[in-house]
This record gives sequence, structure tokens and C-alpha cells, in this order.
Amino acid sequence: MADAATTLRDVPVGDTVRVAKLTGEGAIKRRIMDMGLTKGTEVTVRKVAPLGDPIEVTVRGFELSLRKGEAQNVLVA
Amino acid sequence: MSINIALAGNPNCGKTTLFNDLTGTNQYTGNWPGVTVEKKGGKYRRDKEVEITDLPGVYSLSPYTPEEVVTRDFLLSGSPNVVVNIVDATNLERNLYLTTQIINLGLPVVLALNMMDLVKKNGDEINAEKLSHELGCPVVEISALKGAGTQELVDAAVAAANAGTAPASQLRFTADVESALNKVTDVIFGKVPENEVRWYAIKCLEGEQLTLDKLQLAATDLSQLDAIRSELEAAEDDDAESIITNERYDVITDVCDACVKRSAKGLTTTQKVDRIVTNRVLGIPIFIVIMALVYFISVTTVGTIATDWANDGVFGDGWLYTGAEQYEEAMAEYEDGLALAEEEGATDAQLAALEEAEPDPAEFGLWHPGIPVVVDEWLTAVDCAPWLQSLILDGILAGVGAVLGFVPQLIVLFLLLSILEGCGYMARVAFIMDRIFRRFGLSGKSFIPMLIASGCGVPAVMATKTIENEKDRRMTVMTTTMIPCGAKLPIIALVFGALAGNFYEGTWWVAPLFYFLGLAAIIVSCIMLKKLKAFAGDAAPFIMELPQYHLPTVKNVVLATWERVKAYIVKAGTIIFLSSIVIWFLLNFGIYEGAFGLLDTEMDDYIQYSLMAGLGNLLAWIFMPLGFGNWEGTVTSITGLVAKENVVATVGIISSLGEVGEDDPSIWLSFAQMMGGTSVAIMAFCAFNLLCAPCFAAMGAIRNQMRSAKWTWAAIGYMCGFAWCIALMIYQIGGLITGEVAFNFWTVIAIILLALMLFQLFRPMPKHNKDENERAQNALNAEGANA
Repeated sequence: MADAATTLRDVPVGDTVRVAKLTGEGAIKRRIMDMGLTKGTEVTVRKVAPLGDPIEVTVRGFELSLRKGEAQNVLVA
Repeated sequence: MSINIALAGNPNCGKTTLFNDLTGTNQYTGNWPGVTVEKKGGKYRRDKEVEITDLPGVYSLSPYTPEEVVTRDFLLSGSPNVVVNIVDATNLERNLYLTTQIINLGLPVVLALNMMDLVKKNGDEINAEKLSHELGCPVVEISALKGAGTQELVDAAVAAANAGTAPASQLRFTADVESALNKVTDVIFGKVPENEVRWYAIKCLEGEQLTLDKLQLAATDLSQLDAIRSELEAAEDDDAESIITNERYDVITDVCDACVKRSAKGLTTTQKVDRIVTNRVLGIPIFIVIMALVYFISVTTVGTIATDWANDGVFGDGWLYTGAEQYEEAMAEYEDGLALAEEEGATDAQLAALEEAEPDPAEFGLWHPGIPVVVDEWLTAVDCAPWLQSLILDGILAGVGAVLGFVPQLIVLFLLLSILEGCGYMARVAFIMDRIFRRFGLSGKSFIPMLIASGCGVPAVMATKTIENEKDRRMTVMTTTMIPCGAKLPIIALVFGALAGNFYEGTWWVAPLFYFLGLAAIIVSCIMLKKLKAFAGDAAPFIMELPQYHLPTVKNVVLATWERVKAYIVKAGTIIFLSSIVIWFLLNFGIYEGAFGLLDTEMDDYIQYSLMAGLGNLLAWIFMPLGFGNWEGTVTSITGLVAKENVVATVGIISSLGEVGEDDPSIWLSFAQMMGGTSVAIMAFCAFNLLCAPCFAAMGAIRNQMRSAKWTWAAIGYMCGFAWCIALMIYQIGGLITGEVAFNFWTVIAIILLALMLFQLFRPMPKHNKDENERAQNALNAEGANA
């Protein structure tokens, strides 16, 4: 569906993808993973906020919002 | 033996609701992650030997946020005998992630499956017995909201505490991680408590600095740990911390597959509602309509009626519920008659006779007299000394009453905000507004305090505690009160009246103008502050759960409202009470004809002999460059620092007009004279009083949130300094343009200050440390938006 360099930021609204890898380090990476965005997890991009940022995704059955800059740390396949 | 139960769980999973149910206390909760920041203690209402601690909600025990540190330190401190881990059963996977960490702590654990009623309603099934077997700890199904199963939960917790055994979990990571953990265990064995060995082994494998420092391991041990970690990281091609997190979630996925039966379904109700409410196109119009409605109801319609009743009825002359029209007609007739008699040169005796005939409102309908009237009559009846009567009526009742008069309006405002918070919309507000606020270095979460600040700065400053990032929180605290609060509106009305001499009703657009001044001040301040070293730093992450919508409970809405209104009432009872006495003393005592004592307030211009006038003269130099450097303007600003409600009242007293409102033309005239008649001085006065530190009570709230004297003074100093600079620029540069002020030394200062401000606004983000680029980019965007 998408090549290895695609990040969660580039996923079109409505698509469901799997997390391939997390880049970045420290608190932000840890926080993303704590919220359940770990390797192999299914993520559905629900929508983009009215002003274009942040985005809303469904992961592990709940709604999570994160900024595009943060979504860029999530590589998807 | 007393037993200490710690309540731990994710944010917004129902901990505080359960705590309230168990202890019978009334903490307020919001459908908004992060309402509890500090831990709270209480006693179980059925057994006082059982102590319960409500911990802040956390997603993990990694020490990255203040809440995580508080929770972790408490759990590791040895004081809890048992941990009750509450999980939101509708969101089991993410909630169990914290559970996998808690069961390693070596403490007895009981799992509380909350919101089981919702799970059943959704048609899902959770096999609690199987879950209990997998986790190795008792599992109890509860509904904290309905109070179902909570007694069984405490019984299970007490039993677990008495048994004292930590969970014997069946959960294991993959073989290579387990073998690495075994190697770590060999290194640290004997150096950590035996029952906590798995916790420390995992932390050492992750390489968490906090734990490594605490254990004070020998250098050889540390290098051994490094070797084990490097080997694992090379094998898995990831850092150790991420490997462990992945492992935990993988284990949970297996557990959930085994224990949870999900019914197939389409979109959830929350997703359906969000399709409309945070829709790309409709999201902002809906947001504006909701906020306008909140504002319209609380500030202009219901709120105004309530405030009028409180100010004029309870703390004024009295209130007539029925027959008001007839009374007003009779009153107008009576006043006309009186004025006619005076014109015709009636004697004092004749006038006194006429005054006897003043219509009594009590005869026209349902009437109650105001508190000051009742107290006045009572004090006169007991033959109270005039100075004491003046202190009680003009000092305390007038001051405290002015503050309490806003309570009904605040109740309406906070009721509406609590409903929005309770149903889950506030989290969406942050989602919608984030883009705007991030542009000047804040997050969408700062919107809530600023909205509340339009009512009162005290609860607004308190509302900043839901902002996790410390720098963001400090910056929001420092700027949020620049939004005109309810008490600043009369100042705006007064100033505009003095400027235009026009009718109050016809100039409704003035108030919005000053809201924009407040907003502009916040934006400018944030951009400038963000470039200072103390505020520079990574943009705070906005990785936030959007909670499910649900109907707020009446109890919760009422509690949340009460919590906030209480803070405001306490302000009136303490700070305002004391400051009313001090200001009354300064105004009523002074040196007249060489003797110090109580001044005769019947005397014209008595106030210029008062201590207050002396203080004003002493400090007038501060405001000289701003155009209102006489003692009158100074005194007014000082009393405004105590409480903004005082400003109009002080102008009334100084101009010997007594108690006239801000919409009375006579006060406009004397105020304009007080300011020396120039419009730029009036504007400067207004800008200073709107932007400087709000009031004693808000300063107290700031102290409370900052938890540091240094930061409190920095905040107050910044607000006053910024207000002074803006007022200086308005007076000097504005005056030069209108020709009302000649070029002088201070004009140069004003221009230099303006240049400095523009420089700070538009210069690129200074290099404070390495991870710079993204923030610099943000700042550039913000400038683009600002310019």
C-alpha cells in the first residue's frame, strides 16, 4: 500500500495502515508508544482538524489526536 | 491495622469518581484527561481504618511528566499496602499497558474493571476470570458512576493487602528479552528488594537514568548492564526502551485476544458525533456558535440579570420583584416634584416635608431591602460610632459586596463550562484551536484558561493546571489575565464614556475592541517570551486522547461549578475583606489642620488630606510619563491592583460624587478632568489598568500555580512592566501624533522601547541549544501570521 518511507503524516484520511517503525527519541517517542502506537499496530486516520493540524487517529479502539510534526515520527506500511 | 489503598489508572478512567464514591468526599472530575494533578487522600466511608489515595492519571510509569513522577514516587515509597488499578473496560488495551507496569512493582494489586455497564451495552464481553488468571491478580467488575461493585472492590483490596502477595503474573516477554532480563537480574540481585526485582531489572535494561542513579551501582555493574543492553538493541534494531514498550503491548494484545469478545460494529457514537462536531468545514462554525452561546448566556442575558439582582438588590438598596414599573413612575413624579420645589425656592422645612412623601418600594410589590440598608438601620439603632459604621458600610460591605455581586454571573458561566467539560467537548476545543495557539508557542489547551479569564482571572489561572508542559503552563499563567475579566468591563465603560461622552448603550463595540487589545497583548507577549531562554524549548507534544462523549452527571457539573465559584468567594472573604479595610483606612484617615485622625467625609475634597493622597503623591512619578502622574490617577491604579472592581469606586470617591455607576455622565466628566483632559492619557490609563497584574486574588492564584516565589514575581513584574511600556507608548507616541503631547525625554524612551519590542518580535529564534530548527520555524510562522 505504501512504501517504507511513508509516515503517518502522509496517510490520507480514511485509510488504515500498520505502524512499521518509530523514529525520533526521548519523551515524544516514548509518549507516542505509551499511547499504543507500537510496531505492528493498526491505525486508522480519522480526520484532520479544521485548521489543517493536528490529526485524529483511531488506535487500539480509542481516538488519539497528535500533531503532524509528531505523526512524522511514525513510519507506516 | 490501617490499610492504605492507592488508586492508580489512566487519565479519565474514573479514578476520581471512584474515590468520591469510596470516601464520600466531593472532588470534581471532568471528561478531560488530567483533571487530577496532585494526589489526594481520604478515608473509606465504611471503615475509617482504610485510607485511600487518589493518584493523578498516567498512561505509563515512565518519569516524563509531573503526574507520572508523583504517581511513581508514591507507589515506590512503600506507603501503599495495595494498589487498586482502575481500568476503563471500554478501552482495555491501552489501559492494561499501565497495568503491566504496576504488576511488576512488587505490591499487591487489584484490578477494577470500570464502566462494565458500557461494555455490556456495546455487546462486548470480557472474561474477568481469565483476565485475573493471566495477570495473576484479583479482578473486580465495577461501575464507579453508579457505585456498583465498589464495596466488593474494597473487600478484595483489603484481603489482598492482608495477604501481602504481589501478583504472580503469567505474562512473559519474548525469549531474547527474557534472557536479557535474566542476565540483568544476575547483576542487580541483592542490590534491590527481592519483590521488586523484576521492576528494577526492566528499568535497568531500559537504561532509565533516574533508576540507575538511585541504585548507585558500581562501575563494573553499569558496564555489564550496558553490554547486555547493547546486545539486545543490536539484535532487535531498536532502543531498549522501545523494545520493552513493544513487548508490553504485544503481551496485552495476546491477553485481550484471549479474554475479550468484541461484537462487530460500525462507527461508535463518539465517532459519529465527531464527524460533525470536529468536521473540517463545520468544526469552526460549531465551535464559534457554542462559545458565543456560552458567552451570550453568561455575560449578557442570564448573567446580567443575575448580577444586577445581586449588585442592586442584595448589595444595593433593595430589589422589587413585582410592580417595578409603577414604582418607577411614582419615583419620577416624586423627583420632579422635589426639583420643582427647589427651583421655586422652597424652605428647608418644606423640602423636608416633601421628602417624607418619598414612595416606599415595599408598597408596590414583593420587595426586599439590600443588606447595606438593613445593616445601616441596625447600626443606627444600636447607636454605633460613626467611624465604625463607615468602616462596615463603606469599607467592608462595599468592597466585599462588589466582589460577591459577580457570583451569580460566574455560577452561570462555570455551569456552562462544566457541562462542556463533562461531556467531552473541551478536549475537542483543544483539538480545534491547537493550530492557532501553537503559532505563538502555546498549545490548544491554553484556550480554556483564556476563555474562563473573560469571567474571572482566578479560576482561569487555576484552570492552567491541565496544561502538562511546564513552560506552556507558566506562559499561560503570565498572559491569561490580560483578557478583560468581568471586573474590568466597568473600567472600559468608564474610559469610553470619558472619551466619547456618548451613551453607554450606543457604544457596545468598545468592549470587543478591548478584548482584541487583550488578545493582541497575549500574542505579542507569547512571541516575545518564547524567545527568552527560560521559555525556549521543545514544542510540547500534543499527543492527547479524545475521550468518548457522554452525558455529564448533574452531581459532577454542580461540583465542578462549586469548586470554581468557591475559589472566587474565598477571594472575597479573605483578600478583598482585608484590602477593603486597609483602603478604607487609607482613605478615611489623614492629617487635616495639623492633626492626624478620622477625616470628616462630609467635607468637600476631604480625600486630598487622606493618607491615600499622600501615598499617591509619593508614587505619582511612576505614572508621570504615562500622562496620569497625579495622586488621583495613582491612587486609582493602586486600588485597581488590589481589585479591579475598586477603580470605578475610587474615581467616584475622589471626585466626591459618591456611589455613581460607570455609566453616569457626571463621572465621565470628572474622570476626564482627573486625567488632565487629554484623550491619550485616558487611553494610557485604560491600557495600564487592563494589562497590569489583575488583582490580589489572581496574584494569589498565580503564586499557587507557579509554586515558586521567583516565578510569581516574574509573572507580576512582567505584567506590570508590559502594561507600563504599552501605556507609555500610547501616551507619548500617540500624543505626539495627535499633538496633545510635546516631544520630550520620555518620547525617546517610548520609541526605544517600541523598537526593542519589535526587535524581539521579529528577530529569528535565538540559538539557546541544539534542537532549534523546528521552533525557529514555528516562530517565523507566528511572525508571518502576526505581521
